[in-house]
Amino acid sequence: MRQRIARRLSAAWRTASIPVLSTALALVVAGVVVIASSAFTGNGFQPLLPVGAYLQLFVGAFGSTTAIGNTLVAAAPLMLGGLAVGLGFKAGLFNIGVAGQFLAGAFAAAVVGASLATSTGIVAVPTAFVAGALAGAALGFIPGFLKARTGAHEVVTTIMLNNAIGFLLTWGVTDLVRAPGFSFPRTGDLGNSALPILLGRNLHIGVPIAFLAIFVIRWLLERTTVGFQIRTVGANPNAARYAGMSPLLVITFTMALSGLLAGMAGAVQMLGVIGFYASGISANVGFDSIAVALLGRSNPIGILFAALLFGAFRAGAPLMQITTSVPVEVIDIIEALVILFLAAELIVRRVFRIRAARAVPEEIATVTRTWGEQVAR
Amino acid sequence: MNERPPALEMRGITKRFPGVLANDDITFDVRAGEIHALLGENGAGKTTLMNILYGLVSPDTGEVLVDGTPVTIRDPSNAIAQGIGMVHQHFMLVPVLTVAENVILGQELLRGPFLDLPQAARRIRELATQLGFDVDPDVRIEQLPVGQQQRVEILKAIYRGARILVLDEPTAVLTPQETVEVFTVLRRLQADGAAIVFISHKLEEVLAIADRITVIRRGKVVGTRRPSETSDVDLAVMMVGREVLLRVDRGKSHPGDVVLKTEGLRVKDDRGHEAVRGVDLEVRAGEILGIAGVAGNGQDELVDALVGLRRPAGGKVLLGGAEITGAPTRRIRDLGVAHVPGDRQRFGLVLPYPVEDNLVLTSFDEPPFATGPLNLLRNDAAIDEWSERLIKEFDIRTPSRDVRAATLSGGNQQKIIVAREFRGANRLVILDQPTRGLDVGSIEFIHRRAIEKRDAGTAILLTSADLDEVLELSDRIAVMFRGHIVAIFDAAVAERDRIGLLMAKGGAAAA
Repeated sequence: MRQRIARRLSAAWRTASIPVLSTALALVVAGVVVIASSAFTGNGFQPLLPVGAYLQLFVGAFGSTTAIGNTLVAAAPLMLGGLAVGLGFKAGLFNIGVAGQFLAGAFAAAVVGASLATSTGIVAVPTAFVAGALAGAALGFIPGFLKARTGAHEVVTTIMLNNAIGFLLTWGVTDLVRAPGFSFPRTGDLGNSALPILLGRNLHIGVPIAFLAIFVIRWLLERTTVGFQIRTVGANPNAARYAGMSPLLVITFTMALSGLLAGMAGAVQMLGVIGFYASGISANVGFDSIAVALLGRSNPIGILFAALLFGAFRAGAPLMQITTSVPVEVIDIIEALVILFLAAELIVRRVFRIRAARAVPEEIATVTRTWGEQVAR
Repeated sequence: MNERPPALEMRGITKRFPGVLANDDITFDVRAGEIHALLGENGAGKTTLMNILYGLVSPDTGEVLVDGTPVTIRDPSNAIAQGIGMVHQHFMLVPVLTVAENVILGQELLRGPFLDLPQAARRIRELATQLGFDVDPDVRIEQLPVGQQQRVEILKAIYRGARILVLDEPTAVLTPQETVEVFTVLRRLQADGAAIVFISHKLEEVLAIADRITVIRRGKVVGTRRPSETSDVDLAVMMVGREVLLRVDRGKSHPGDVVLKTEGLRVKDDRGHEAVRGVDLEVRAGEILGIAGVAGNGQDELVDALVGLRRPAGGKVLLGGAEITGAPTRRIRDLGVAHVPGDRQRFGLVLPYPVEDNLVLTSFDEPPFATGPLNLLRNDAAIDEWSERLIKEFDIRTPSRDVRAATLSGGNQQKIIVAREFRGANRLVILDQPTRGLDVGSIEFIHRRAIEKRDAGTAILLTSADLDEVLELSDRIAVMFRGHIVAIFDAAVAERDRIGLLMAKGGAAAA
């Protein structure tokens, strides 16, 4: 029994070691940046600044029930977005379109939510939420279909769709669904469509939904025949074809499902935090999701922890800025460094003297795969 | 006796991997001007030994001596510095670069800060002439046939000053003609004083080329022989550790109804050229139809079209009288067609998957492996039980059913595919190069299974670039040349030479 636990732990460490150590290394290097830049502030050179800053970051993220609530609320859309990207990686797809699908989900949830503002919550909330999810799915379906049908690379199509959908929604909120009585174009108030608060000030029902999604996707991938097909297409599309699977169908389905998750992220954020759609709402979740999926190694449980980490960064950063005047943008530096170290795994191995056998993780392989290499049709 | 120390000596090499003793106190040497063959089954430890020599793996104990001096080899560049060159089974060439660029890669010839490619090309051409083969340094690797690519690998090693040349299964991917040519090159290198280690599991080859043959089995040296004092049967026993039937007893076939029939089948290859140009074939229940042919004469495209991986450009495919031309793979499989693909790692397996998932790769969504509505749920209990059974029944040597297929030897990987595809009652089994690169033990096993399958009334279509395999297994033999079936023989009256001639020259030779 004990042996089995030990074996599982060591297996878990084998997969988690590089992400964990990359994060540690990123914190150290970002700390150096903080120290170096402190020299240019009014307070002069402060070699111990990062220690204080990280401490405040931690307190801001976990120091109180409110702080923990903030962390969870910030993590929820990242979990869903991370799953969206991670699921794509499993099928060998790089969905950079999560940002656009997130916006589509947020927009649809906002419009439907506002129109149901006076209905009872039991109807309004699920309807608005599902509308957001479906909008994301529809937007994810397009690049999937294009790839399956014409071989158009999803990286190109999703990036272009991100822009197209952003402008389209700006037009929509300006000319089609603009709510009267506000000085700028925005959708109406959500009223009863807002996600119910479960605990404290802001811990909405989207948080348990995101946790649930983690386990549903894990179940889908590991326990169902659909998941088996997704993983097979990702691991060896030739073998998938040989075995009688239809990679094109799987790709289309996976992109739509990935879009659905991204749309859910948008809906959760809209109905639980933002409250109305206006031009220029942040689609950062879309890009952070890529980082979350990479850090989580496309594994749903890994994504859960990565999203919690990034959520904690986001939730704790304001306190760090207020108390130590280290700007919140340091979080962006840390995130960027994490990705850098994950991609340049060799650096991490050198620094920490890891000598285990090296294999290119599937998500990195997907990102770096040459574009000439397409699924045979 | 030769007073000079051997060019290379490995003494008491032991290497243990988790769960396996890959090399157990192996001692081995090769002299300058000698070809020493290392013979063993897949997984016997040959490759580990050579990886130790090349600095890719470090031994637990033992030492390596070059010209009688102990050396430590930490990595491949170290090995190269010691004059050790390695030609890997899977070529380490960059397809989009030219021959010259590949050869100098890592040891670039410079003029100022720039590459001096003309100078490099000149040197390479000289070297090639010396070695007696002709390779155009300016042609891109991807444009070369496999046999030529291998020569580039050899050239690369020699260019880097290798005096000790290790060839890992050099003939695995070559046609018989190319094999003969490589042998000529090796003899010339030998005459020039190179020490050559020739790793193989092909008995005839080592008997033909080697001065000495060392057999290893399960990580241990079984013995060393000279070709003059041994035989293929003798070596096979040493290799496998028991009597091996080099010829499987076939028995008479009892052909039944026509199962597979093609009419004027035409198929295009990836570049849009017609690779199969009007093929008419019939395979009956209970018989093995073998297609002999040099690789690249349309066999791959033919098989692809039969299993639905490639849409025919014309003609018909009939299975039991029903047309399946251009049907999706899935439907063809559901109609009882099993397929052992020619490229097992690219098509037949998902290497990162555990053995058990590979064993259900083509039946994962059928009961009992899938349950629930629309067979949506994976039934682990059934998959576990099934895997355990197949592993035992097909003698798949694996530590357990949940290790990754990538970690198994080629023979055991192929056994996974054969076990999976031979399950149940198939009407047609397509065996595409079923034993390519396998050792005698695995070959015997797979051949025996194929015959059993035939005797159970299954129609079997076999393609192989190995004429001996076709001759041994087939009840009828079709010769394929440039997309045509140029002749069909009854195996009982087939003559090897005649078929060989047809393979090489097509119908013109038969006239």
